[in-house]
Amino acid sequence: MSDKIIKKEELTDILKALKETYEVIAPVKENGFYSFKPFKDGGNIDLNFTNTRLSPKSLLFPQSERIFEFNLDEKSKDGYIVKEHPKDYPPSVIVGIRPCDAKAFKLVNINFDNPEFKDPWWVKRMEAMTFIGLGCNEPSSTCFCTSVGCGPFNEEGLDVMLFDLEEYFLVRALTEKGEKLLKQGRVDKDVDEGLQKKADELRIKAEKKISSSVPTDKLKEKKINDLFNAPFWDDVAFACINCGTCTFLCPTCWCFDIQDEVTKTVGDRIRNWDSCMFPLFTLHASGHNPRPEKVQRVRQRFMHKLKYYVDEYNNGVACVGCGRCVKYCPVNVDVREVFSLMNGL
Amino acid sequence: MIRYGDTIREIAKKILEEKTVDLIIGFKKGTLPITTEPVLIKDAQNSDQLYWDSFCNMNLANYLPKRGEKIGIIAKGCDSRNIAVHIVENQIKREQLYIIGVPCKGMIDRRKIVSFLGGKEVREVTESDEDITIKGEGFEHTLKKNDYLQDNCRTCMHRNPVIYDAIVGDLVEERKDPDPYDDVKEIEGIGLEERWESFSDLIKDCIRCYACRNACPLCYCPTCFVDESDPQWVGKSIDPTDTMTFHILRAYHCTGRCTDCGACQQACPMDINVRTFTRKLNKDVLDLYGCEAGLSIEERPPLDTYKPDDYDKFIR
Repeated sequence: MSDKIIKKEELTDILKALKETYEVIAPVKENGFYSFKPFKDGGNIDLNFTNTRLSPKSLLFPQSERIFEFNLDEKSKDGYIVKEHPKDYPPSVIVGIRPCDAKAFKLVNINFDNPEFKDPWWVKRMEAMTFIGLGCNEPSSTCFCTSVGCGPFNEEGLDVMLFDLEEYFLVRALTEKGEKLLKQGRVDKDVDEGLQKKADELRIKAEKKISSSVPTDKLKEKKINDLFNAPFWDDVAFACINCGTCTFLCPTCWCFDIQDEVTKTVGDRIRNWDSCMFPLFTLHASGHNPRPEKVQRVRQRFMHKLKYYVDEYNNGVACVGCGRCVKYCPVNVDVREVFSLMNGL
Repeated sequence: MIRYGDTIREIAKKILEEKTVDLIIGFKKGTLPITTEPVLIKDAQNSDQLYWDSFCNMNLANYLPKRGEKIGIIAKGCDSRNIAVHIVENQIKREQLYIIGVPCKGMIDRRKIVSFLGGKEVREVTESDEDITIKGEGFEHTLKKNDYLQDNCRTCMHRNPVIYDAIVGDLVEERKDPDPYDDVKEIEGIGLEERWESFSDLIKDCIRCYACRNACPLCYCPTCFVDESDPQWVGKSIDPTDTMTFHILRAYHCTGRCTDCGACQQACPMDINVRTFTRKLNKDVLDLYGCEAGLSIEERPPLDTYKPDDYDKFIR
């Protein structure tokens, strides 16, 4: 399919048309920041954003999700039987996702959908989801996507890419799923050469605007023990208050915890995001905690992203350079500095 | 206030060299404009890293509990009050500390700057006594610092450190504002149901990251009640009841101990003003017992002591 063009004001009507077939999710500004919310006909969509405060990972991997339910009444016919909590997986489309967050979905997919394990809820949601990306004309000073295998117009994980050309969007289908969706939305006007050229220039210009970079080239060859025992961890961890901001805002943090919540004889098995910053993350039933101190937990976060993942998957680092942790850490623990320390050891 | 930096570095270097202290806890310049990072300095040569401006908003008393060394610590009015609370609550000994006091005219709320810029980014910042100049791509603004202070700093009545061993500048004039609790009174004035609704609305974006709790010097329990797993006092999901339980219980644990330093609000990644809860309790403690936390290292906290003139009659 060749590239298409739409006028910006046509987008709302296209999304309305898509709503006949899809659940449409779009960036919305509420309480001063952006998040992905269901698109309303009134047009709550606002694409005038750098990125959302929280990554969109909760759309496929909710912060709290009821996965099973059970009954503890022995006399009941389904007593002590764990049943899957019923759910719908309607075809959905996320509009305006940034390329870094789209790549993050691909990255997290390795954990939830691989030959060994298939997480049914993730897999079904992933199948139902179409990703419409919005290239970043104006990356933030904390963006470092280009040095971690991504970029302001990176196409990985996307079905459609939008190029913001002031009055127009250039619309590029990247997968069959994307083509199908564009047909559904009746996006069929071919782009002319001039705007096509403008889009190409935009991409090059945006890549040049990424002012922040991190070194990653030596992480693979480093010995795990050398990094683990490196002298810098106390300094890196000092300011850290061990909150979950970095892990919860991160599009690639995938750790979770399973909890049973019981009221009288009826219970739910719930999956919640967990965070390696929390002491409870590694607390054993015996009472022993292998990571009782803050410095160990901070080290774990960076070792996982920048070393264990690198070694395990041979696929680069577990970071897409979105910069959320840099921007929102309350005490300015900056992952970019940790990249330099680890890579430069 | 920006000039305090030189004096802080001088004092720190001297007390490290003379071995008055083993280490200094202060701030260093952040990797982003309008940000700072708490830092621990052991070597006098590294005291140059110490930094001061109007964005040193975290409460350094948070880094004291469980430490055994002799510590030099930089303290604004609120930090010094939390140090006093720590001393009273036996989290640190007065003899362990060399407090470098900073008379404070208020910290600037970086969120107010970010919101003023509406999406544009600060690339460079300079400040004078009264003004702050922010520069970025295609803009330069000079703003009155007073217009962008943190909310807690706007009503702060204890801007000077209450205890210190050295002071980095002349004491500043304390406010004589007779009533810093207008916002609390507004909430007290609305009906119960409406109040509950407004609290529910306040925390609806909470992601249970515990940044508010962890930025707070008062929250030093070895295991927080929300982290207990046997028995489990509160659910771990983002169910609104569990989230509300966390916030209300956390606030109650701070009763009579909170200095309204604002660290909780500043730390929140979702811009929730969790001070709404603690401020009501601060006001109650002031109204009922005439107490404000951390003004003295002699006095017990109001909720673990009894005075014959207690307002409650049942105990007499």
